[in-house]
Amino acid sequence: MRASGPAPPKAGKSKARRVIGKVVRYGLLTLLAAVVLFPLYITVVNSLLRPDQIAARPPKFFPFDPQWDAYSRAWDGGHMSRYLVNSVIVTVAITAGQVVTAILAAYAFAFLEFPLKRTLFAVFLATLMVPFEVTIITNLTTARNLGLLNSYAGLAVPFLATGFGAFLLRQAFLQVPSDLQDAAALDGYGHWRFLARVAVPLARPTVAALSVFAFLGAWNQYLWPLLITEDDEYRTVQIGLEQLSRTSIDQLNVTFAGVVIAALPLVILLLVFQKQLVRGLTAGAVKG
Amino acid sequence: MARVVFDHVTKRFGDVVAVDDMSLEVFDQEFLVLLGPSGCGKSTALRMVAGLEDPTEGTITIGDRVVNDVEAKDRDIAMVFQTYALYPHMSVRKNIEFPLRTRKVAPDQRTSLVMEAAESLGLEKLLDRKPAQLSGGQRQRVALARAIVRRPQAFLMDEPLSNLDAKLRVQTRAELIELQRELATTVIYVTHDQVEAMTMGNRIAIMADGLLHQVGPPQAVYEKPANLFVARFIGNPPMQMVAGPVVRIDGQLGVAVEHTVLPLPPEHQAAIERTGVQSVVIGVRPEHLQLGSDGVLPATVSVVESLGHERHVICRLDDEQMVISRQPSDQPAPGEGSMVRLVADPAHLHLYDAETERRIETDGLPPITPRSFPADKARQ
Repeated sequence: MRASGPAPPKAGKSKARRVIGKVVRYGLLTLLAAVVLFPLYITVVNSLLRPDQIAARPPKFFPFDPQWDAYSRAWDGGHMSRYLVNSVIVTVAITAGQVVTAILAAYAFAFLEFPLKRTLFAVFLATLMVPFEVTIITNLTTARNLGLLNSYAGLAVPFLATGFGAFLLRQAFLQVPSDLQDAAALDGYGHWRFLARVAVPLARPTVAALSVFAFLGAWNQYLWPLLITEDDEYRTVQIGLEQLSRTSIDQLNVTFAGVVIAALPLVILLLVFQKQLVRGLTAGAVKG
Repeated sequence: MARVVFDHVTKRFGDVVAVDDMSLEVFDQEFLVLLGPSGCGKSTALRMVAGLEDPTEGTITIGDRVVNDVEAKDRDIAMVFQTYALYPHMSVRKNIEFPLRTRKVAPDQRTSLVMEAAESLGLEKLLDRKPAQLSGGQRQRVALARAIVRRPQAFLMDEPLSNLDAKLRVQTRAELIELQRELATTVIYVTHDQVEAMTMGNRIAIMADGLLHQVGPPQAVYEKPANLFVARFIGNPPMQMVAGPVVRIDGQLGVAVEHTVLPLPPEHQAAIERTGVQSVVIGVRPEHLQLGSDGVLPATVSVVESLGHERHVICRLDDEQMVISRQPSDQPAPGEGSMVRLVADPAHLHLYDAETERRIETDGLPPITPRSFPADKARQ
């Protein structure tokens, strides 16, 4: 008697609880998304308002009369075009360099046997603990001695290899079964071909994630480009933004337009690679 | 197709001896099974043939060529792995085609060879799928297709059925035997599963601790295990054993076990006299151990396991040692807890020297060793 009675109400109760749980979860996520997206939204809105509207109280949350000319003024007058080109050159070089060096180092740590392998890997990891700011003076002196001030090489070379990239990819390569390497060896694949045709294709999500990280890091650099460049010819977009904000104090909308222009490549990149980025971040965290 | 010869091959990893002075000839077109428990060195032996490990000492010959210094890709052998080792990012077609591509076979020829291999293993409809979209059995067949597609001199298989479920394993076992006969090729097959070894091999080679213990046709190894390790390893349930010193009573030799003396058949007594051993181990297969009322060894029935077609009666001797008897299920089952007396069929007693653990031959023939099995005997 006791067993048959309460079953249906219990099922209804648990269903209601599930629905409420879902509503609460989605509500929270929506709130968090709004918190994250609001600054981006307000930046775009401000770039389309007149300077006096930006300062107005209460603030305006929608540009009813968008001022598109702020973008052309930032692009031409603020030299954003030049800075963007510089940033693209430096970022692509750094990203490509980091990915290539990380792949090679990670392959060695994952698949090759050589003396002091573990010690060397520990040294690689140790470099992750040293903040860039600690080495910045030494790097600057070295760059100056090598005549790299005011050059693309000076902007890119110190960042062409990272311990983080080698670590991330090594973990991905360790997931490649050793039987695959044996099978490939039986079929005549040496290290280079195994790397290019098997290991890297299998670690593609991690390579993509590393590329995105490297791109983001390089694009957002501020201190190093500021120190190593002296004129507009080599300055990158982040320095350009700072200059723009100083020269357009009375035209905040132009500064905001510059910010939007500087952020646009990153937004596009994230939209294109978001799947790989998430997969790369959770790699190894979930069994499967 | 080719023979494969291990000549005094040793493999060391630092201080660990993985394979110890192994000499073995695998005959042309033979299906040889390397059998042994985990870590016995069987996979290392196979990997040395493949060229994935280098022997520390000794030579390996494939066909008429010593291959110690020949690269894996130039040995003309194919290997099937336990994990199948399919490239996950390539389709079934590309996986099968892979060995041909790396050997720069012309595209037309490649296509026809891939189709041929796929057809022989029933994979035609799966060619465009990725390995992740296949079942375990299908993946296994793709791995086999990749191995046969370039017609190598010999196949090496490293526990290829271990990842399949029991039912599929029985089916694939038969398919593998058919395939080997069809291709008339040499196969070296590594497994820890004695059922696979007994059912598939022309001969089995039993290894433990890097040593080759016995090589011979499955039935011969089952009937005459060369030493105590093989006797315990082959057969399920394993051979039942009791140990004791040899004693002489009224001119007759027997073995003192607990409070009783087990009499020995005349040929066993003669063998003991001939070899002069002091202490022996007597073994008997569970199917040759009967429960009766007039046997010499008293025991208590502990558990009766029914498997449908047969029954395992597990008894305890007075010293708590467990002894298993195998009975046809049509015989009346003894009650659990009942007292019985065990009777061993004298024609099927196995005798071992307790000190050396080697078999004492009772028919005057020398024991079966790796080097005393010529090709013509292996064919029987």
